[in-house]
Amino acid sequence: MIAFLAKLREMDRRWIFLLVWILVMIPLIFPLRLPLAVSPPVKQYYDEIETLQEGDIVLLSADFDPASAPELVPMLNASLTQLARRKVKIVADCLWPGGPPLLEEGLRVVLEEEFGYVYGEDFVNLGFKEGREAVMLSMGNSIPGTFPVDFRGRNVADMPLMRRAQNLTSVTLLVNISAGYPGTKEWVQQASSRFNLRIISGCTAVSAPEYYAYLQAEQLFGLLGGMAGAAEYENLVGISGPATKGMDAQSSVHIFIILCIAMGNLTFWAARRQEQR
Amino acid sequence: MQRQIPLFLTSLVGLTMLLYYFIPHPLIATPGHFFEDSVIIVVAFAIVLGSANVLKINGEAVLRRGKDWPYKAILLLSMFLMIGIGLTDGPARYLTPESRFNWMYDTFYASMQSSMFALLAFFIASAAFRAFRIRNVDAALLAVAAVVVMLGRVPIGNLLSSGLPQSIQFPEMANWLMEIPQNAAKRGILVGAALGVMSTGLRIILGVEGSFMRGGEGR
Repeated sequence: MIAFLAKLREMDRRWIFLLVWILVMIPLIFPLRLPLAVSPPVKQYYDEIETLQEGDIVLLSADFDPASAPELVPMLNASLTQLARRKVKIVADCLWPGGPPLLEEGLRVVLEEEFGYVYGEDFVNLGFKEGREAVMLSMGNSIPGTFPVDFRGRNVADMPLMRRAQNLTSVTLLVNISAGYPGTKEWVQQASSRFNLRIISGCTAVSAPEYYAYLQAEQLFGLLGGMAGAAEYENLVGISGPATKGMDAQSSVHIFIILCIAMGNLTFWAARRQEQR
Repeated sequence: MQRQIPLFLTSLVGLTMLLYYFIPHPLIATPGHFFEDSVIIVVAFAIVLGSANVLKINGEAVLRRGKDWPYKAILLLSMFLMIGIGLTDGPARYLTPESRFNWMYDTFYASMQSSMFALLAFFIASAAFRAFRIRNVDAALLAVAAVVVMLGRVPIGNLLSSGLPQSIQFPEMANWLMEIPQNAAKRGILVGAALGVMSTGLRIILGVEGSFMRGGEGR
């Protein structure tokens, strides 16, 4: 047995890759639909949007690119669905150069096609602007001044919605979908107390631990962490989106990684025993 | 003078931006807005500079047939292809859903970036098997915390512990770990880093710290 375990250590790692692939594919093809528990930060995120009144202006900053799309696009679409149900006005922007087409797709499909939102009156896509924290500060002074032309090439100052959304003090809530820098941390540091802005964040699983400090300090009012957070949120919003479908695959891979840790240590112990003999 | 003028300009801009955060008076806010706009413009120029740098470094490697030159050639070819297609689509059309630029974005850029990120799952599993060694108490604590959080964040953990009392179910324990011990450690790191940033910022504003002007040449 010890010899077998020690030999397992020499296993080609491509066998592990193959097992991961199988464990991802099977639950995607044959979903188990395991029940989800909603964590408090996700409930806070949902409740914060529920407090919005019809006509309130929400700034949606989609600060990510396709690398984190599987985690963050479900959050973006579910957030847009809940915001549209609250009938709020949405001003969207993106501080990552690779992200604007993903944001535009979400706005077009959810707001325009599903809820009949009118561009320029109910929502605007400001697109991308380089400058990171400087853009956030500049938006505090003037949003049309920072983004004179929108993603669709139109003059921002001429839009009825933008006559109301002059700067960050006109915004009731900032919904930040963030993959890293610049993102939630920078919005909290630059805009939260300075412009008295309430912020909620949907972020990648790897950056979520950092934001718990802001959540406890009430500089963030809700947090979705990774695909698990997105799935819990989809559950609250009442949609069965891609994050919910991905949770069974994530369950099986998490179990597999735990087994890998256990097996790795067993084989390590077995190899040492064999050397001592 | 070569040293004094940049130090003076840095102090002036730093001090103005610091005061601008706390004092909204036009005397401070007007130059503050000007510096904000200037940053956006300068950073936009940096994108052009970055592209030129990519072209220079990779172009030279391709011409010299240096290490990995075929990959560098593909990089340059892709860059020019995307720029070319964007230009031929025109400023009014290139970002519309039916444009060729958008097709290239969806077909190549988005799928390749997603694939690169997805590879992490495979490497994490492999690293868990090969590198995560529980040699002492600290590593054992880390392993237990990792297992609880991994199970607490997915539905299977919820299902496995559903028969246990509420306070020791995996989702509850994962939330506790994230909100108390993890948060305490993270907050300590954040406060330490913030103090470091503040002291460095003050040293730069007061002209004590001038190493940022050396441009990596070590002079």
